[in-house]
Amino acid sequence: MPIFWLILIVLAIAVVGYILGRARAMRDAGGDIRKLHSLPSYYGANVALKAAVPAFLLMIVWLLVQPIYVTSAVSGLIPDGEGTSRAEHGLVMAEVRRTADGLKNAVAGGAMSETVARDPNADPDEVTQRLKDAGQIITSQITTPVLNAAQRYRDLNATGGLLMTAGVLILSVIGMLWGIRENRADFRARNVVERGVRALLIGAASIAILTTVGIVLSLVFNTIEFFRLYPAADFFFGLNWAPSFSGRGGSSELGVVPLLWGTFYISLVALLVAVPIGLFAAIYLSEYASPRMRAIAKPMLEVLAGIPTIVYGLFALLTVGPLLLSVFGKDGLGWMQAGTAVMTAGLVMGIMLIPFVSSLSDDIINAVPQAMRDGSYGLGATQSETIKQVVLPAALPGIVGAILLAASRAIGETMIVVLGAGAAARLSLNPFEAMTTVTAKIVSQLTGDADFASPEALVAFALGMTLFVLTLGLNVLALYIVRKYREQYE
Amino acid sequence: MNDMRPAERAVTTKDIKFECRNCDVYYGDTHAIKDVSVDVEDKTVTAFIGPSGCGKSTFLRCLNRMNDTIDIARVEGTYLLDGEDIYDKRVDPVQLRAKVGMVFQKPNPFPKSIYDNVAYGPRIHGLAKNKSQLDEIVEKSLRRAAIWEEVKDRLAAPGTGLSGGQQQRLCIARAVATEPEVLLMDEPCSALDPIATSQVEELIDELRENYSVVIVTHSMQQAARVSQKTAFFHLGSLVEFGQTGQIFTNPKDPRTESYITGRIG
Repeated sequence: MPIFWLILIVLAIAVVGYILGRARAMRDAGGDIRKLHSLPSYYGANVALKAAVPAFLLMIVWLLVQPIYVTSAVSGLIPDGEGTSRAEHGLVMAEVRRTADGLKNAVAGGAMSETVARDPNADPDEVTQRLKDAGQIITSQITTPVLNAAQRYRDLNATGGLLMTAGVLILSVIGMLWGIRENRADFRARNVVERGVRALLIGAASIAILTTVGIVLSLVFNTIEFFRLYPAADFFFGLNWAPSFSGRGGSSELGVVPLLWGTFYISLVALLVAVPIGLFAAIYLSEYASPRMRAIAKPMLEVLAGIPTIVYGLFALLTVGPLLLSVFGKDGLGWMQAGTAVMTAGLVMGIMLIPFVSSLSDDIINAVPQAMRDGSYGLGATQSETIKQVVLPAALPGIVGAILLAASRAIGETMIVVLGAGAAARLSLNPFEAMTTVTAKIVSQLTGDADFASPEALVAFALGMTLFVLTLGLNVLALYIVRKYREQYE
Repeated sequence: MNDMRPAERAVTTKDIKFECRNCDVYYGDTHAIKDVSVDVEDKTVTAFIGPSGCGKSTFLRCLNRMNDTIDIARVEGTYLLDGEDIYDKRVDPVQLRAKVGMVFQKPNPFPKSIYDNVAYGPRIHGLAKNKSQLDEIVEKSLRRAAIWEEVKDRLAAPGTGLSGGQQQRLCIARAVATEPEVLLMDEPCSALDPIATSQVEELIDELRENYSVVIVTHSMQQAARVSQKTAFFHLGSLVEFGQTGQIFTNPKDPRTESYITGRIG
């Protein structure tokens, strides 16, 4: 039975349970709502929760466990000769899965009888031909072990699906009956629903956290895999970035230093642009601007934050690059070879970060209590003296935090770099030369025909891990500074 | 004729420090102060009393143009400090506030050290030629605010770490450090406990020797204890203004009497 129908049926049981549970509670109270502990809808919800939640939980667990179980049961059927390495074994398993799907669809489409599909001694060539005729995607000739494995795979999945359907439906009905039985007039249905709501919220929070953990784990395992193929010391301290795409040779040089240098250099230029402008804009908006000016200027500034970074990238490539080239290029000062350079990407990234810095700083400056300013004005200080000596020192931890958060965004930025900074990994001090960053290289290592088992592709995970550790460190530092030095105002 | 008489007359003929005539204040459409005229004498404590929202704080803030920082406030009338109109175009409100210091309802020390809090005013106005002079000013101000003994060993500690009463005295020290001529106090004891309150009240009495002090207070006992002149505000108007003793023992206006005896407020 398709999952979709199963879900619908469980939901229907829950709805029926809601109605029955509510009616049962009302009957127990003799039709008088005041005799019930909770409102009637809570009794209904109690039954509906008990009908649906355990059933769905069982379903989710089953759906997660079944493929693992089936795969491990089937992979024993494949002889060792067929798949030696882990990657090849994975390929064979994919073939098994495709064949099983093909058999299922062929039977459903009437191109093959159930008995043929189940026959362990069927001729693989014939099966292949018939599957191809039925329009199923079969990449290669099916061998007998693969066919048998596919048949076993199909069997196990069918039985599993049947068992799951039965289990889920039985659990749902039991839950409903249990809930209805509970619904006496003095049953505290409201508290049960309250606990249900709390569990739902906890569930949402843990999904977010578990996803993060999953992402980190996948990064970690792939990084470890990479370091097995490529020495870690060469990665961290190598001064050259020269991956070869010809094949699996040891000819690639995958040193991260030039990429980190490019990342830091471009981020530095970006922050040099964004911090003063963003901070001054924030001071103007929060201290000097009239409410009307503020109401217009602040949303306009924040429009900058809504522009997709690829558009900034185009801006860098088509406007800022040529502009810089006309000043610093061959016709001007002669420092710049092409439009793509650290300066181009840095300037544009700085513009992108302005609203980030200004908006956060603005909030922080506004959080400084008016009493501070009054105290300063009351002593005869001017507005700028007050800002410089009272407001900014009070807001400084928050501003530093905002700058660090902006820095971690700059480090993680990709599209502007891809379009604005060029692709050459280079260790140079000249800001008018093309350089590249960690993020841009991750993109270029994984786009195109990447063999995911080669160090040239796996290096992307090591780069991603480096980036993740860097930005995480910056964020933690930012939060630490903000917490530690924040003045506690009431 | 007894011997006390010349001294008493000396009190009543003191110079007028602030002369306010026909003052009106509007917040947007709200008429907060209606035609108030008050004379504040030099070296005297003048108390403004009245129920909440009667405009006493608003009027106080007119005296050093703190209402300028509120966009929607509009101030009318004449305010003469030593005979000069403080709302004249030629007057710099920043300079004026150095002359007319202010202490606020809630202690608001800056997030700096105790020393820097007190030195803030003298620094921005360039009152000290060198470090030792600044040290002197800081010590003198802290002594005047009766807090020197408590903080002399930890001048580098943050001012926000002091207790509420100490913070308020620090704010008073900060205000007197710029050598103001008038000290405005907006309910300076409302956030303090009784012990800190009595310390601040003693301090106000001592400050009277050098400054003209205007204090807004909710506590009638406090007004009776610390002030020589009292003004009673009600619904934005000045109801009665006179010697503190006379206001509290023999009010002329029935509204003053009702307020003092607790029937309105």
